[in-house]
Amino acid sequence: MAKKIGNRTIILENRPSIVGYGSVVGKKEHDGPIGDEFDTYNDDSRFGEKSYEKAESRLQKTAVETALKKCDKTEKDVDCIFAGDLLNQCIGSSFGLRSLGIPFVGLYGACSTMTLGLSLAALTVDSGAVNTAVAVTSSHFCSAERQYRFPLEYGSQRTPTAQWTVTGSGASVIERSENKPYINAVCFGEIEDLGVTDANNMGAAMAPAAAATLMHYFSDTKTKPEDYDIIITGDLGSVGSNLLYQLLERQNIDIRCRHNDCGLIIFDLKKQDVHAGGSGCGCSASVLNSFVMHRFESGDFKNILFMSTGALMSPTSTMQGESIPGIAHLVNIKID
Amino acid sequence: MFPKVKEYSMMVKKQSPPSPKLKDFIWAFIVGGLICVIGQLLFEFFGMLNMSQKAIKMAVPSTLVFFAALLTGIGWFDKIAKRAGAGTLVPITGFANAVVSPAVEFKSEGWILGLGANMFKIAGPVIVYGTVASVVYGIIYYLVSLF
Repeated sequence: MAKKIGNRTIILENRPSIVGYGSVVGKKEHDGPIGDEFDTYNDDSRFGEKSYEKAESRLQKTAVETALKKCDKTEKDVDCIFAGDLLNQCIGSSFGLRSLGIPFVGLYGACSTMTLGLSLAALTVDSGAVNTAVAVTSSHFCSAERQYRFPLEYGSQRTPTAQWTVTGSGASVIERSENKPYINAVCFGEIEDLGVTDANNMGAAMAPAAAATLMHYFSDTKTKPEDYDIIITGDLGSVGSNLLYQLLERQNIDIRCRHNDCGLIIFDLKKQDVHAGGSGCGCSASVLNSFVMHRFESGDFKNILFMSTGALMSPTSTMQGESIPGIAHLVNIKID
Repeated sequence: MFPKVKEYSMMVKKQSPPSPKLKDFIWAFIVGGLICVIGQLLFEFFGMLNMSQKAIKMAVPSTLVFFAALLTGIGWFDKIAKRAGAGTLVPITGFANAVVSPAVEFKSEGWILGLGANMFKIAGPVIVYGTVASVVYGIIYYLVSLF
């Protein structure tokens, strides 16, 4: 059974493992530095669908199907699916997964949804409540732009701190297993808000939440950054990553030598014109279910911290001048 | 523990690279100027067609609006505007783009509540406050002309 240690961290004892994983991305992501690692990609930003919302649903369904196929399973083998996305009322997930016939738990954690879903899937599998669970999330540049910013063809300039929403989806299949990478611990984060109001600087809004979750985790587990092969954050980008270093340095924690960010891994900041890096639910989801899992398979990673970060604002709250609350959920993934 | 809101906003400011203002100014100046040159050329061109002055003053902006709308529709306008900034925004081309881009985008929600309702989402405020400003200007003009 899972048990809580310290303030926040939950240690899982029955090795809920990532037995299958799948990733789907768009063209820009495929053109990026880790483009070859994704299972599928599509040059067409609508993925053969009529609208961008439908395209995002298609992304999620494809990611789940790919992940299940890779571990020789079908929808019927899955007891529960934890899914979420950025669209209003999470229609990317509900419409994408409605035909699968899997018990559905819809989540909203903004861009932190991957580790939120993964943590919940791991906890339910660990407890024995279900045998097989899936965690999936997605984002689409075009559907996010039209919801949060301007129409695609509107001629505007982005600030250097703005981030580029990843078009992509990633799904993980969780089951108890002895020889696959397993989720050893989860740490749900608290909402942190240090008053950032600039919706074009999400990294800055999320960095405090990321720092808080890491601090809690290190103190609960009595470990330090050097104990892990890598500490990967979701989508802090270049600005948010630097702020995270500074916030942690005030607590005498230095993660510079171990840290990387999915938003910096998925795009080439110099060549791809994405300003401060990638963002969106699909950013950490697609990187986890490709790049990270491949490195577990090759033996490069044995013990890592993976933490998706989210900005919990809405277009309405931004227009009303509210600041942007951040959230970060962490999982410790290990292989023996 | 964490810095206070004020201190953090200083940290954020320090870490956030500023917009390349000089580059933006130069691009806006060149592209905005070019659009004006094109407008002048159109003016001369329509003049050669023996059109009346009144007709030319209608034809020049109409032509510019048409091409801005066309470039928006085929997906080029935002690529130019990305560099040009105010250069494409300030002339009448920016207004055309602001109307056409949501029209293209919201077609997926239908002709009436999608395209029709959202077409002036960006340009609407310009029309509202443009009208208000002209009323205020009119009143001031009237008052001044009394003396």
